[in-house]
Amino acid sequence: MKFGIVVFPGSHGATDCYYALEQVLKEAVTYLWHAEEDLQGVDCVIIPGGYAYGNYLRPGSIARFSPIMKQVIAFGKQGGLILGLCNGFQILTEAGLLPGALIRNSSLRFQCQNTYLRVEQTQTPFTNLCTEKEIVKMPIAHAEGCFVVAKETLESLEKESRIVLRYCDEQGEITPESNPNGSLNNIAGIINEQGNILGMMSRPERCVEAILGGVDGKKLFSSLVEWWQGGAER
Amino acid sequence: MFKAVVTITYKKSILDPQGNAVHKALKSLGYQEVEDVRMGKHMEILLRGEELQEAEAQVKEMCSRLLANPVIEDYQVELVEVEV
Repeated sequence: MKFGIVVFPGSHGATDCYYALEQVLKEAVTYLWHAEEDLQGVDCVIIPGGYAYGNYLRPGSIARFSPIMKQVIAFGKQGGLILGLCNGFQILTEAGLLPGALIRNSSLRFQCQNTYLRVEQTQTPFTNLCTEKEIVKMPIAHAEGCFVVAKETLESLEKESRIVLRYCDEQGEITPESNPNGSLNNIAGIINEQGNILGMMSRPERCVEAILGGVDGKKLFSSLVEWWQGGAER
Repeated sequence: MFKAVVTITYKKSILDPQGNAVHKALKSLGYQEVEDVRMGKHMEILLRGEELQEAEAQVKEMCSRLLANPVIEDYQVELVEVEV
């Protein structure tokens, strides 16, 4: 499987994603520079965390108009796998590939901490190696991760089981205290209607080896590979 | 030439934590009469053009495409003609 990691001026999560995919998962991976228009035949696009174009105006608002994003949007609309992490999630909402928006954390602080997430949906390319309601631990580092969305959209996200991850406590309870940024309904990650685009604020690439404090992030990337290989066999 | 003044604020349905924090700060300074504070963005855009209506339509398009996020924000546009 070949992964492509989009790099904008200001992306800082790209190297960690590259390391996780190449060194830990032993998969093929390439960088996709923002000014290019060629996706180089990748099977999955990862939009990493950071401050694309300085996050001026709103996070992701300028990045979404970059040359590479035109291709990424077309790729996603054709069913291509896209994973947006942190700033990548913000970019995907600005690009209209995912609903809602990420606004300033309700704490008004930059939250840099570990979070527990409950896997609400395992029938996805991103979480198929997780068990139902599994609790995973992944770090966050962001100031604008409060997920908001129109009431009707929120209802359909819930009804269609498109909320893939929710912030929870260590026991898996969904509580206000375990919600680090004020996101509606403790939403930590959502998937699009077609089920090929996932956005989340947590950083799986930062927990792929025990020395980093956890390996739960690896499950997400391994799920993608599993899904891809399953598809190839089908 | 026109100067467009664009004001962008969160929609009423969106919680504005910055506005809330400023509201609290004003109250702690003794301004008990303050009912609500909403934060926003102020932009001044200078653009060439002859027709006010045309310029206004253009700025509104800029708002919906880039300057504001219609999912969470409302915008207001005011235009004045300025000397070149």
